[in-house]
This record gives sequence, structure tokens and C-alpha cells, in this order.
Amino acid sequence: MTDIAAATQAPRRNRFLSSVAGFARQQPVGAVSLFIILAMLFASIFASWVAPYHPLDTDFMAILTAPSWEHLAGTDTFGRDVFSRLIHGARTALVIGITASLLGCTAGALLGAASAYFGGRIDAVIQRIVDLLLSFPLVVLALVIAAVIGRQLVFGIDMGLVLAIAIPIVPQVSRVIRASALSVRSMAYIDAARVAGYSHTRIILRHMAPNLVAPFLIMVTAYVAQAILLEASLSFLGLGVVEPTPAWGLMLSGNATDYFISAPWLIIFPGLAISIAVIAFNLFGDALRDWLDPKFTT
Amino acid sequence: MIARRTLGGRRECAFGPTCVAWGPGAAIGRRRAITSQLISANHDGQGASGEASRRPLLDVEGLAVEFTTGAGRLRAVDGLSISVAPGETLAIVGESGSGKSVSALSIMRLLPGRIARVVSGSIQFDGRDLRSMSDAEIRKVRGSQISMIFQEPMSSLNPILTIGYQITEPLRIHTGVSKEKARERAVELMRMVGIPDAERRLDQYPHQFSGGMRQRVMIAIGLACNPRMIIADEPTTALDVTIQAQILELLKNLSRDLGIALIVITHNLGVVARYADRVAVMYAARLVEEGAAEEIFARPRHPYTMGLLRSVPRLDRPRTGRLQTIDGLPPNLAKAPEGCRFAPRCPFRIDMCSKVPPLEPTDTGARSACFRWQEIADGAIRWEGEPDGGKVALERGKPLLSVKNLRKHFPVSGGMFGKPGVVKAVEDVSFDIARGETLGLVGESGCGKTTVGRLLLGLEDPSAGEISFAGTDLLAAGGDARKDLRRKIQVIFQDPYSSLNPRMTIGQIIGEPLRVYKLAKGPDGERNRVLELLGQVGLRPEMIDRYPHQLSGGQRQRVGIARALAIEPDFIVCDEAVSALDVSIQGQIINLLEDLQRRLGLTFLFIAHDLAVVRHISNRVAVMYLGRIMELADRDELYSNPLHPYTKLLLDAAPVPDPVVEKQRAARLIKGDLPSPVNPPKGCVFHTRCPMAVKECGEVIPQLEAKKDGHFAACIRV
Amino acid sequence: MLSYVVRRILMMIPTLLGVAIITFFILRVVPGDIVEVKMRGDGAIVSVEAIEAERKRLGLDQPLGTQFVNWMTGLVTFDFGNSMWTGRPVIQEIAGRFALTFQTAILATLFAVLVAVPLGTVSALWRGSWIDYTMRLVTMGGLALPTFWVGLLLLMGLLWAFNWLPPLTFTPFFSDPMKNLSQLIWPAMVVGYRFASVLARLIRSSLLEILGEDFIRTARAKGASERRVIGLHALSNALLPAITVVGLEFAFLIGGLVVTEQVFNLNGLGKLFIQAIKNNDYTMIQGMVMMFAAIYVVANLVVDLLYAAIDPRVRYR
Repeated sequence: MTDIAAATQAPRRNRFLSSVAGFARQQPVGAVSLFIILAMLFASIFASWVAPYHPLDTDFMAILTAPSWEHLAGTDTFGRDVFSRLIHGARTALVIGITASLLGCTAGALLGAASAYFGGRIDAVIQRIVDLLLSFPLVVLALVIAAVIGRQLVFGIDMGLVLAIAIPIVPQVSRVIRASALSVRSMAYIDAARVAGYSHTRIILRHMAPNLVAPFLIMVTAYVAQAILLEASLSFLGLGVVEPTPAWGLMLSGNATDYFISAPWLIIFPGLAISIAVIAFNLFGDALRDWLDPKFTT
Repeated sequence: MIARRTLGGRRECAFGPTCVAWGPGAAIGRRRAITSQLISANHDGQGASGEASRRPLLDVEGLAVEFTTGAGRLRAVDGLSISVAPGETLAIVGESGSGKSVSALSIMRLLPGRIARVVSGSIQFDGRDLRSMSDAEIRKVRGSQISMIFQEPMSSLNPILTIGYQITEPLRIHTGVSKEKARERAVELMRMVGIPDAERRLDQYPHQFSGGMRQRVMIAIGLACNPRMIIADEPTTALDVTIQAQILELLKNLSRDLGIALIVITHNLGVVARYADRVAVMYAARLVEEGAAEEIFARPRHPYTMGLLRSVPRLDRPRTGRLQTIDGLPPNLAKAPEGCRFAPRCPFRIDMCSKVPPLEPTDTGARSACFRWQEIADGAIRWEGEPDGGKVALERGKPLLSVKNLRKHFPVSGGMFGKPGVVKAVEDVSFDIARGETLGLVGESGCGKTTVGRLLLGLEDPSAGEISFAGTDLLAAGGDARKDLRRKIQVIFQDPYSSLNPRMTIGQIIGEPLRVYKLAKGPDGERNRVLELLGQVGLRPEMIDRYPHQLSGGQRQRVGIARALAIEPDFIVCDEAVSALDVSIQGQIINLLEDLQRRLGLTFLFIAHDLAVVRHISNRVAVMYLGRIMELADRDELYSNPLHPYTKLLLDAAPVPDPVVEKQRAARLIKGDLPSPVNPPKGCVFHTRCPMAVKECGEVIPQLEAKKDGHFAACIRV
Repeated sequence: MLSYVVRRILMMIPTLLGVAIITFFILRVVPGDIVEVKMRGDGAIVSVEAIEAERKRLGLDQPLGTQFVNWMTGLVTFDFGNSMWTGRPVIQEIAGRFALTFQTAILATLFAVLVAVPLGTVSALWRGSWIDYTMRLVTMGGLALPTFWVGLLLLMGLLWAFNWLPPLTFTPFFSDPMKNLSQLIWPAMVVGYRFASVLARLIRSSLLEILGEDFIRTARAKGASERRVIGLHALSNALLPAITVVGLEFAFLIGGLVVTEQVFNLNGLGKLFIQAIKNNDYTMIQGMVMMFAAIYVVANLVVDLLYAAIDPRVRYR
């Protein structure tokens, strides 16, 4: 309580630092998950330096070797180093996960906010379409969209896949943001701003938007987790990332069942990587929600 | 202990006349005849004799309750000692956070166990210690010996169980009655609390009942097992004044007829004066004064009680001047001041007040926790009033704002099975307001008063009618002219929590219009102006960098006023601007509004449901009912000589904080509930509840016409 | 009540029509062409004439509008057309696999409800205890661990522990329940784990919210025992939102078992759908999407009717 009061009076840079410190103190679990996320980001940005081997380098002398100091997570059927592939896979997962979540959440937020702000007929039409989209399981929608768009490489990212993951997110996010926007719009301070005669732009940007930033940030974080999971599922089904790009879901697809006895590390490590990433983003999202909730800052 | 005994004696005297007239024993005997086979355990061998009524039924000594919060531990109740006898009504009064509700819950042992704990004191009920009882034992007391009624009738009933089941549930829990017997008892209880058509309504669900009816259901639940004591925690705060009167009369009569001890927890001093035999005043977790109601009101012996009584406006008297308020805010219990908790706000504090004052018997037979009660009794200490600035003289003639035949209809969907309809929120409303005047607009919830305000503010578009401001038709004026005019009409809202943007600092909130409309020169000019406005509304300059959640309710309301003033308006709509505030803070805000009006020549439309506040602040008052104005007159004329039957009944329903006045007034209640605004009665909208209604009232819509000079009423029977 | 049911059934029509329009026209912008995929798939050289002939046979040469009208008239009579890949009627392909997927979904739902209701309740009642933390940890896993990985781990565990893997061919429940269950119980548990996690968390938060309601205090003030307070007053209200989640999640399972069926190598609707997607089998995709939508809409209706039956506020509004 007091540190927030102090924070608001301190200069800007200190304010940022002290709010990070405040977050770590109030949300230790969130801080740990943030650390994991940052570590993953670091590893994926500097993957070429961090990874001990090139992810595509095959070594036919070392096919299906068990984990050792030389190959931390063993090697696969082509003798590729699984650990290096996991690190490069993190890049794939994070790039696609974050892009898709940002894209889907932004589009969803804009749609939801527009729906709430204009109301009336526009709202009714948008909500009908959202209803339609919400009547399909996430995977089914993603599969259909992936099939419709196909592979579209932009800067080495398969935008077809990104959209296939992002679009199913849109209706879900728009629902939540619409509800938040409606509740913000019914606040007395919005009425006060209207009575003051401010322009629509000012009311939307200065009074409504800042109060929607918190739910938006929370959703972006939570949906990165969803997107990573969805990307892994699609890749597993053979309709996401394609060989030879290293991707976690892809590493489990195909005839993984053949290695139950001979090379279980091929199954355990990629799944573990997906799980840790998803859990980290989920926990960070939860911590962010608790921290940004006004109840906790009074 | 001596005080206690003398009090006990007095209590019997005060109770005397009622004893003879009604006789708790006789009443219980009568009731027993009806339900003796149902309830046998409770009253047998006790309660009916005179001996029992002299002995306190509940005796609380030195009760202390601690809460564990994120900010550490705090004492929500600190050393409370009260007692109640059968058939007696004790009122516990105090502002929010004073510990009155916590006390009630701790008697019933209903405090949330994980955060609250009774740390000391004893709670004796009928000679048994409730504090040391096992969970199973206290459950046998709850609902059968002691019942409780809560503030929110809307959420206090289980939405998916029938009313009948919920009323008979205590019987199922505490007695082994058959289903048929229980149902008979439920019908009997519903009749007793005045729910018509009981057999049919038994099988309905809570959402099919109005707020007042739900509170009656709560009372019926409370009475089911013939309890010996009822605790009512703010039982009427969520209800309209006419419904409040119905509920409280009912509780009072039941208590008297059945010899039930009644504890009413309230912040409303009028309710206390009308219904309480004894009063306990709490401040910042402590009992500050306790005694017979007449004495506490007539001769308070604690400065807080004195201040509280002086700070409420009176409904029954012409305005005598500025409200006498208590300065400052109640303390934060987490870091409460040493010694007397009221000392920081007390004009009579002396060095000694840094010690905790004991609760001592005084000359009035009450007990006071003030070192200087003797001096108060001697008249050596008096609370000096401030001079009244008075109301400004009005220039009659051309009004600043004029409303003609205003209408607002809202379409409503009929839900899953119903047909869509129209709510006539505002119907044919006309009035003028002169420059510098305050027009009060009163009425019960749903009468359309807030919608009138929103129409004037441009937050809603009227369905029909005219609004002209400063000689210009607001609805016809186009573009910038209209915008400039609109800006001269500003607003102060009720809810100090939702009316400030939580993401902006106080400085940004007040400074925004200055920048948008270039009302100040440069950043320095803006800052200076914001500081000036903060000063005008009585806030310290360092508030400028705070966020709304760091302020108290009263402070937020001051920020809301400063924000309105920043735009330099001529006219301000005050929409229930003081309703959400505690009594002592409410007085401060009312005084502030009046000072500002005088200094800046402002004109107010003051929308409120509190009749006394409206009388104090307004020049003229309009009374609304179901979308229409029923009566409009000068304030003193309207209050002392009401013409419309609705106004008369409304004024009768509102209790005055004066036991002497209240004990003389007969109870005149408005019958029935507010009709649905979707389908209002034909003819005069009030005729369904009006004691003077004749056949014609159901056919002709009465027009608001001058019955006397400047006194308008819409009634054909006047 | 009856008029309400009829109105709700009629309201399903525009929804399904909307789904039909969107799926049909979106699938026509697909870049790949089924005929080319089918005939040139293995790099075979096929003449342009042959491709045109095949197009004509499948009715792909007709204008879009005509194709749509033909499809819609078929739909009304429950004729979903023939698969462009196998040539067999869509409805027949679906029917052959429906039982497996439907039964797995039912088993998963049963598992989820049986696990989640006690788990969520206990967790809410002992909030902050080790039971609560364990439950939150376990359900966090249910939300975060990819189902296909959990499935693989389960199979691996079965192989390691019993040197046994579930049978690969589907046996209808009524011909040999044990054999049937020995195949389907595993995928049902894997999906049910995720489902139960969602449900248990919902029940926990919903119960915590209800326990803070005023009417719970009223019940305690009546002298009700904790068992009565929780069993009668709190749980009945707290489980209401769970009905929606169970209904809709069940509907989602019919289409959403795609990944699980792949892991356990089950020949269900999910696998059929994947094949259809991979082959650009328009009629099959359309037919299946329509079926998924219809199941969702029906589940929605059932949930609403259940609500109306249980919650008086809905019934009398």
C-alpha cells in the first residue's frame, strides 16, 4: 500500500524499478514464471550461441543415444541433438505463440471494444458472428483455417499457421473485452466526461482505454500459453510447423510410439518443454491479474 | 455496576405503560395458544413472568473483536458492553466502520472465522455464555432463540428455494414438525408480517418479491421459532422511506406484542428516535455513550453524540442555519489514536484525552466515555455554532433553466416469456429554476428523478418536451452553441467510488477540462488553478498527485465537486450527491455546496431521497412519484403545509431524530408497494395507494396546477 | 414452457444456416484443388482432360451458387453428399465412426464430473490448505500439459508396467463391454483430465463466491448445520454454472478429440476430419463442420432447458 503511494511520487525510472520489485514481492510465483519466460526468450534469441549443436546437424555415428553430458537430452533417429532442437524449438514456439496471441488479442480487443462502444445493430451483428465462431472447438477452427490459408512464409514465419491460431482466439477475446468495456462505459466517470463535453476520441483514449489495458495485458499473456499449446497440437497432427524446422509438437508426431522402450527421452523432453512454457505463461498471467486488480492496490 | 442497577430500574418504568396495555405475558399467551403444539421448547417456564422482563436477556461485557487483514491486525470492536431486556428495543448507532455490524455478528458467532476472532469479553444470553458454547450448542440458539435480519433483502434469500421452504427451514432445523404443520405455520407467519395471498405466494421464489416484501419474508423466517431476541442489522437501509416505515412498525409491534428483545443496528438517527428505547452510540470500534433514547437525544453527555445530533438536518423544522458539522474524518482503525478515539476531532479535547476514558454513569442515567461529561452536564462546555451565510436573494422572473412537458420512455424487453413494453420514466414534467436557486427533487427509487437529471445533462435524449437554458432551447440549438451551453451544466454523482477514473491522478482529473478548454495559461497556470480548486473544496494541496483509491469517500466527493467547478459551470445537477456518505461527512459536503453556491452564484438541481437534507438545502422542492411531479412548492410551505396526499404520507413515513416528537406521532403508513413503472395505474398514478382516492382518480390524470400562490399540486381532491 | 422450447428450436435454424454459409464459401477459397491433390498426389502425370472430367463428375464445374443450392437442398433431407475422396456418402463415413467418438466423449465427461465435483468442493471448503494447493497444482497441469503428450506418457507407462497396449480395433460396447472399455478408457481419462481440471477450478471459484453470499449467512443465522449450509444452500447454487460448462465441453469433445484419437490411433471422427483436411475433401469437411455445429447447438439447447428446469429465476423471467 505504502510503496505504491511512494512509487507514484518517485521519478519515472525508479517507479518502473520499484513496481518490478513490488511485483516480485507480492507475486513470488509470478516472478519465478517471469524469470522462466525471460530465460526462454533469451535462449531463443541467442539460440545459435546457447545451443551446443546445430539443430539440423545429423550425426549417424550417434543415432538414438541416451542423454549424456555430450547430448544433454539424447539424440534422435538422425543423430540430431535433442537439446539443441529443444532450444531452437523454443524460438518457433515463442515466435508463433507471441505473434498469434498479440494478433488475436488485438483484433479481438478492437472488435469487442467497437461492439461495446457502438452498440445497437453493429453490436448485434458482431455478436452473432462471434457466437457462430464460438460454437466450434478451438482445434477444429484452427484446422479449417490452416487448411484454407495454407503455408504463407513471411520473414520465415508461417503466417498461415499464425493466423490459424490467432483467428480462433479473436471471438473469445472480443467477448471478454466487450464485457469489460461495457462495464467501464457504465461507470459514472464516463458520464462525467460526457457531461464535460469531451470528444469521443478523448473519452475512448483517455478514459476508457487505460481501464481496458489491464484485462488486455492479462489476456495476451494467457493466450500465449494457449497459442503455444495449439501450435504444438497442430504440429503434432502434421498440419502446423513442417520439417525440418525444429518444433516441440513436431518432435512428438509421427511414429513416436516406436520409441517407448528404445528412446523414451524423445517423448519426455519435448513434452516437458511445452508444459513448462505453458505453465510459465499461465502462472505469469494469473499473477499479473492479481497484481493489476485494483482491489490489491488500494 | 451501580449504574447498571439503576438503569435496570429505569427500564422497567419506561416500559411500564406498555406492560399494562399489552402485557408481554398476555401477548405471548395469546400467541402460544396458536402455536403451542408447534413450539414447545422455547418459552416454557420463562419469559412470561415479570421477573424475567426485569432481568436483561442479553448481557454483553467488554466484548473485543480482532480482524486479521493484509495491513495487520485491527480491533473492529473494543470493549463493548450492552444489555437488552425482553420487549425492549436497543439501537446501536454509528457511522460505517464503527463496529456496529461486527458486534451483532459476534453475538451470533457468525463472524468469518478465518479473519475475525473474539478476543475478550463475555456474551450472556439468558444466563448462558454464548462465547463458550460448542458449535452445536450455538446452532441451537441461532434461529430458534435469537434471529437475525440483514441489510440486503435482495441477496439474503436463497434464489433457488421457494419462500415457503425458506420460512419453514428454521422449524425443520430446530423442531420435528410435519410438513403440513410447517406449511400452516408458514401461512400464519406470512399473515403476521403482512404478506397478502400467503397460500399462493408460499410456492413462489425470492425474485418474484419486491425488496420490502423480501424483508417481510426475512422477518417471518426470524419469527418462525418464536425467538426471544431479534437482531436487525440495518434492516431498512436498502429500502425506500415508505417501505422503511412499514417494516420498522412491523418489527416494533411484533417486539412489543410478543415480548421479543430487539436490537436494531442503524446509522439513521430518525429511526433510532422513533423506535428505540435505549441507544448505544459507537465510534471507531468503541462504545462512547449508552442510555435511554429520550435522554441521549435531549441531553447527550459525549461530544461525539452532541456533534452527530447537531449535524443532521431536521425534517420537521425550518432551516435554522448552517449545519453544524464535526471536522475531520473517523480514524483508521489499523492505526487508531491513543486514548480517546474522538479526541482528534473533538473541540473540547484536553491533555487528559490521551488516556482512554472509562464508560462512566452520568447524571442522565446514561453512561458516557468522556472525561468531561460533568462539564457538559453543567453547561460549561457548549458546541458553538458558526454563523449562517444564509441563502442568496433570488432574482425571480426569467428562469435560468426551464423544462416543459419533458418525457422519457425506455423500451424494455419482456424477458424469456414476457412481452416487450415501455417504462415511462419521466412523464410530462415541467419546472423552472431561477439563477442562484436550489430546486430539490425528491421521490422514492424508480420515480424518475435521476432520469430528469440525466436528461438535463444530455446523457439521455428526451422522448418529448423542451429544455431551455439561459434563454436558449437546448434541444434545438445545434453544434458548437449547444456544446458551449451544455458545458455550463455540470454534475456531481452519488457514488464517490465509480465517479473518478481510477487511472488518473486527482490533479489530472481536475486539470483535464482546464487543458481541453484552455481555461488556464500553460502548465503552471493549470497547476495553480487545480491547487486553487482543491483549496476551494477543502482538500490539501498534496492530494494533487494521489490516485482516487487513496482517498476516503468524502474526499472523493470533494474531488468530484472540484472537477465540476473546473469547467466554470452555472448550473450543477447534484444527483444523490451526499447519499452515500456518513452523517458527519454528509454535513461537511452540504455546507461546502452551500458555500460554493453563495460564492460562485451557482444554481443547483438537488436530487435526493432524504427529505430532511432536501429541506435544508433547497429553496423550492418538487416531489415525484412514478415519473410525474406530484407537488412543487417553497420548501417550508411544502414541509409544513403539504397538500398532496403522497407528500403528506411521505413526510409521515420519515422519522425525525427527536424521540419526543416521534413518540407523539401516530403511525400513518402508505399501504402497498410501488406499482411497476412498465404498467403504471391509469388516471392518477398514486390512486392505488392513496387514502383519499375516489373513483374519478382512476380515470382522470390530474394536472400540476397552482392551488395557492407558488404552491402546485397534481391532485383533484385538493 | 412448451412455446419456449419450440421457439428455442426454431432459433437454431438461423445459426445453422449461418454456419453453412460461412463454411461453404470459406472452403471455396482454399488454394489447393481436391482433384489435383487426388490425381496428381503422387506426382503422377494426368492429362488436363481427365482432371476436367473428374471435376465435372464431382459437380465442381458448376457455378458456386448452384453448388451451394444443391448442397443445401441435400442438407434438408440429411443428405450430406458424397466424399470427394472415397466417393462414399459423407453420412455413412460419419456413422461408421460416430459410436467410438461419442462413447469416448461420454466416458471423459463422466470421469470429469465424478472427479471434479468432489475435488472442486473440497478445495473451496479447505481453501489455503494442502488439499487446495495440491488440487490447484494438479489442475494447473491439466490445463497446461498437452493432451497428446499425456496420452503418450500414459501409453508408455502401460507398456513399461504391464507390457501391454490397448487394443487398436473398436469393439462396440454392447458386444463386449470389457474389451470396449479396455480400449476407450485411456483416451477418455486423458481428455477427462483436462476437462476435470477446467471443471474443478470453475466449481472451486463458483463455490467460494456463493459461500460469500448473504443468503449463506442467513442460513447460518437460522442455525443450519454446516452440512445443510453447504449441501443444500451453497452447492446447489454453485453447481449451476457447471452445467453450462459440462454441456458445452461435451459438445466440443465430439469434434475436439482430433489430437487424442491420433495418439491412441482410434478411427473416430477426429481422424476422419484430419484426413478430410489433408485431402481437401470439401464435402466431407462441410458435412463434418455442420455436424459439429449441430451438436453444439443441441447441447446449448439442452443446457438452457436444464437451467430453466433448475433455476427459477430463468423459468419465470
